[in-house]
Amino acid sequence: MTRFAILALAATAACASGGATARAPSTPSTPSAETSAQGATGSGALSAPLADPFPSTYTPFPSRATVIRNVTIFTAVGPRIVNGAILLRDGKIAAVGTSVDAPADAIVIDGAGKFVTPGLIDTHSHMGVYAAPGVQANSDGNEATNPVTAHVWAEHSVWPQDPQFPRALAGGITTAQILPGSANLIGGRSVVLKVVPARTVQAMKFPGAKYGLKMACGENPKRVYASRGPSTRMGNVAGYRNAWIQAEQYRRRWDKWLADKKGDPPSRDLGNETLAEVLRGNILVHNHCYRGDEMAQMIDIAREFGYKIRSFHHGVEAYKVADLLARDSISASIWADWGGFKMEALDGVKGNMALVHQAGARTVVHSDDPSGIQRLNQEAAKGIAAGAALGITVTEEDAITWLTLNPAWSLGLDDRIGSIEVGKNADIVLWSGNPFSVYSRAERVWIDGAQMFDRTDPAEAWRTDFELGFVRRGAL
Amino acid sequence: MRNGERGQRDRRGRRGLRAIGLIAVLLTGVAQAQTIAIVGGRVLPVSGPPIDGGTVIIRDGRITAVGRDVAIPDGAQRIDAAGKWVTPGIINPATQLGLVEVGQVRETRNASARGDEGSAIRAAFTVWDGLNPLSVMFAPARNEGITTVAVFPTGGLVSGQGALVDIVDGGVTDMMVKSPIAMVAQVGDPEGANVASRGELILRLRELLEDARAYARRRADFERAQSREFAASRLDLEAMQPVLAGRVPLLVVADKASDIEAAIRLARDYSLRLIIGSGAEAWMVADQLAAAKVPVLAGSMVNIPGSFATLGARQENPGLLRRAGVDVALIGTGSDPDAFNVRNIKQEAGNAVAYGMTWDDALRAITLTPAELFGVADRYGSLQPGRVANVVVWSGDPFEFSTRVEHVFVRGVRALAPSRQDELMQRYKTLPPSFRNP
Repeated sequence: MTRFAILALAATAACASGGATARAPSTPSTPSAETSAQGATGSGALSAPLADPFPSTYTPFPSRATVIRNVTIFTAVGPRIVNGAILLRDGKIAAVGTSVDAPADAIVIDGAGKFVTPGLIDTHSHMGVYAAPGVQANSDGNEATNPVTAHVWAEHSVWPQDPQFPRALAGGITTAQILPGSANLIGGRSVVLKVVPARTVQAMKFPGAKYGLKMACGENPKRVYASRGPSTRMGNVAGYRNAWIQAEQYRRRWDKWLADKKGDPPSRDLGNETLAEVLRGNILVHNHCYRGDEMAQMIDIAREFGYKIRSFHHGVEAYKVADLLARDSISASIWADWGGFKMEALDGVKGNMALVHQAGARTVVHSDDPSGIQRLNQEAAKGIAAGAALGITVTEEDAITWLTLNPAWSLGLDDRIGSIEVGKNADIVLWSGNPFSVYSRAERVWIDGAQMFDRTDPAEAWRTDFELGFVRRGAL
Repeated sequence: MRNGERGQRDRRGRRGLRAIGLIAVLLTGVAQAQTIAIVGGRVLPVSGPPIDGGTVIIRDGRITAVGRDVAIPDGAQRIDAAGKWVTPGIINPATQLGLVEVGQVRETRNASARGDEGSAIRAAFTVWDGLNPLSVMFAPARNEGITTVAVFPTGGLVSGQGALVDIVDGGVTDMMVKSPIAMVAQVGDPEGANVASRGELILRLRELLEDARAYARRRADFERAQSREFAASRLDLEAMQPVLAGRVPLLVVADKASDIEAAIRLARDYSLRLIIGSGAEAWMVADQLAAAKVPVLAGSMVNIPGSFATLGARQENPGLLRRAGVDVALIGTGSDPDAFNVRNIKQEAGNAVAYGMTWDDALRAITLTPAELFGVADRYGSLQPGRVANVVVWSGDPFEFSTRVEHVFVRGVRALAPSRQDELMQRYKTLPPSFRNP
């Protein structure tokens, strides 16, 4: 309840915030770029909700109306459409069904034997912040200088020329959340990017997407900070709680000032500002956590301070607490078959995805890996098979949601991407065959209706600045 | 921590060897005198063309017959394989199964030697002496059709020697197929070998080979302390003798094309049997590899310029190498390919096909080719009379994710059994669990 009040407050105080995302249709109440630019004298001094000091400058690439017909369509919101057709126009999905009316000027693609899915979405990537080549100079993912670094923003580490981006696009990835690493209890803000070529990270930012907050449980923080603390799991938990206590005080001070504007504004603190935004519901929590028992503790901490965990990441033991995840509407961003490499990952099982799904929680196929991100569809296929081995039926229609609609929900973007429905962004992949076959590859990829990848046309493939001279054409 | 969690793993293969003659280990524990007839499947012998509606007869741990018109012996246990695919047991040629239990728990890591006074030369290290036959990582691999694995050491300039083992119950001796199968070295990671540049890696390898030669000529002087100082310990110099004699291959882990060329030159100068491991840029020197008859262990899911040694990495690598006439065995390059996901070698094969390798070559690259590279093709890697009965029955194409493993025979014995992971899933399939059964 308090949260709603605060959201209302946010709107009134918004003129003090930074820039805006004029292109975001679902956030009409955000201030215009004009006002925010004029607010330069004040905006840096104030800690306002929904501030946007590094606004997206993304604009969709040029597109033409495109029809794909005679194709099998996984919509992520119902049964597959066999011999279906889809029309992409003005950046949106304009029509989908067994047939569509093609405008006279439309590009028409015959999809015989092929499949269409929504663009794949990865909730967990370090592209850009751990760019290739993986030399020390490109290692920008963990601000491992303090166990709580809520003040850092992943986007300030993103190198748009990371050659991992075009490779992810060639794997059908259209949207990715870039997270700070897991060295810290609270690692900082994530950023949601469109996988597009750009000079700046701002030009990759998904307009209107909420930020995420990276938190991490268990072994990593206590290992990294063993000498200064936290050095134990109980130290970890004390660390989260102390941070939220500070953040709650900060939020109250600021919300009060923003409401009455009495006296000097409180002093601004970047870390607490981010955490306060979580408490206001404006930033989604993405929590790296392997063990089921620790997830249960993190859920309690969230309840103690009145925030929600949106997704547990890695979650190799999500299957042990799948009922809790379902109860609290927390998605599980997980691997198909990776575990065993450390004690907290020891109980990783291939049935994790299917077991979480069966319990009614949202399964999300995530990568945390620049190679894995290129084959998320194959990971989902493993999850289907592992379910079958357990007697759990996971349909291909179900598994498509693990790659599209569920991650879209996890990022708070399911109203814009993640399914093939009229009016949604035209983020579309055309696969050479059934995407759950090991032999299928993404053939073409559209983002906002613009064709961004075409495997049949390597001469036009996106090559990052780094690749020029270093990497021969054709490595996708 | 590079790339979040996954930075912990090293994507390159790790492999290894020994000096004191090849020990062909006899089949032990005589598989129960059992006769099995796998009838009516699509049989892929690898050594020959597919046989639709074929039958495979297994007796006393060996394959005794393969074909369409094969008489089924009296008393044979019959397995109906109509609609199924039958292949040799899959061989993963680069793992650390049984050597590493929990990667980040030091006391469970047994894949590396420290070397004499920290030396980067650990040729005498026989990694299988630390193999844990009870590792819980074996069952998940075997249950997905992997019957035989190479276990290799890692680290340093010369890591040591590897072995080939079957995934069967018993001790290391029971599991052993052959040791050593290769001596592992690397060209490409100067830091890992305590030197400052790539050329220095080659220099150190040449020095080792020279000294191993000199040592062999002057063993008596050495024993009387009348030889000059050598660059490696006596044990290491001894261990290099079979490599110099060409009896044991030198498996050089190298990615960069120029490193691979340097390894080819080295092998030529000393008449070594060379195998290239990892080989991300091997396709760029495919003709040279083919001319020198140097086989390559490589994966099909590597296409990121993740280091300055792998700028040319691309998924077509295995297919391009085959097309040039290079023998290719596939290795794992996905998540944790050495232990937890040894099973995903099948995914490598499927992806290799998606990127240009022929399907038959891909199957060969995880069966007969590795058997050939390690000198056991007379016993392993194909379905032929007389071969060890490592046989898998699949519900369909073994590379497809939707395919189930229906039967696994290792040395003629049914080998499917629940893994620890299976038990966990059964335990938590209904919540809350009972903690009793399983």
